[in-house]
Amino acid sequence: MKPGNFLVFIMTLVISAAVMAQVAPVPEPLVFETQQQEERFNALTMELRCTVCQNQNLADSDATLAHDLRRKVYEMLMSGKTDDEIKQYMVERYGDFVLYRPPVQSNTYLLWLAPLMMLLAGALILRSSIKKRSALLDKKNLKIDR
Amino acid sequence: MNSRTIPLIGFVLLVVLLIAGLKIADKKTELPSPLIGKPAPAFDLPVLASPDKTMSKESLLGKPYLVNFWGSWCVTCRAEHPVVKQLADLNAVYIIGMNFRDERDDAIAWLKRWGNPYDVSLIDADGRLSVDFGVYAAPETFLVDPSGTIVFKHLGQLTWDVVENEILPRVSEMETGS
Repeated sequence: MKPGNFLVFIMTLVISAAVMAQVAPVPEPLVFETQQQEERFNALTMELRCTVCQNQNLADSDATLAHDLRRKVYEMLMSGKTDDEIKQYMVERYGDFVLYRPPVQSNTYLLWLAPLMMLLAGALILRSSIKKRSALLDKKNLKIDR
Repeated sequence: MNSRTIPLIGFVLLVVLLIAGLKIADKKTELPSPLIGKPAPAFDLPVLASPDKTMSKESLLGKPYLVNFWGSWCVTCRAEHPVVKQLADLNAVYIIGMNFRDERDDAIAWLKRWGNPYDVSLIDADGRLSVDFGVYAAPETFLVDPSGTIVFKHLGQLTWDVVENEILPRVSEMETGS
């Protein structure tokens, strides 16, 4: 390793440590009564989008809105609301956009079915090209093992 | 169909997608506002000018009002301020300044410095009401009808265009309707 490279390596380490220190998941120490509550909180904040960030969830973001939304999730959770009720609250205010897993509904069918359709289209193309090629082989009177 | 038409069709489809994508790219910044048509969240918050008094949603029923989320820390609020002032001068609609995540002294100084366009400012110190309203960032403006239902929401800087084409027509409709 050249000295220059080594310096870059050290700086990368220092910077990434600084970045990691900044994005501690929940800065305010939250107190949960049960471990299950804590797990639910972590799962929910992973699944809810920080709506003002570029592709970050509530757990990862340090934006003011993310703080407020985490607090709301915490409060609703501690007051005995179910996961669905909490998600419902967020969707009613911020739209489906707040969910990282979009629900299957009429305006998202295309989104959910597109991969399947592409797979199907690929299979059809593959089938037709195999047919064509084997027809070509037959024409040339070449034997192929089947 | 010969072997060249399939890639060609694929290419044409891609071009169509690209053009469609570019066309809707402008609209994409308009985030969905699911709260429209739903009752405005309930509140009972201290008045900025005299915090020992509070104002609640119930006390406002019966007339349309505008809720403008602002803060002295918010640069865009300063940018939209002349438009809010211009709207206030028309006396067409009651305007509530929802001062959120702010320091009271800073908020009062801001109003003194730039002029106070609000009929009343309320304090939402920790931004709890802003979450209930589904506020992304300041400024955000909500039009609430006499029954307490949100009928219009504008995200970001208020422009005179929005006031003239979205807010004022709705307000006059409510007044002739009731």
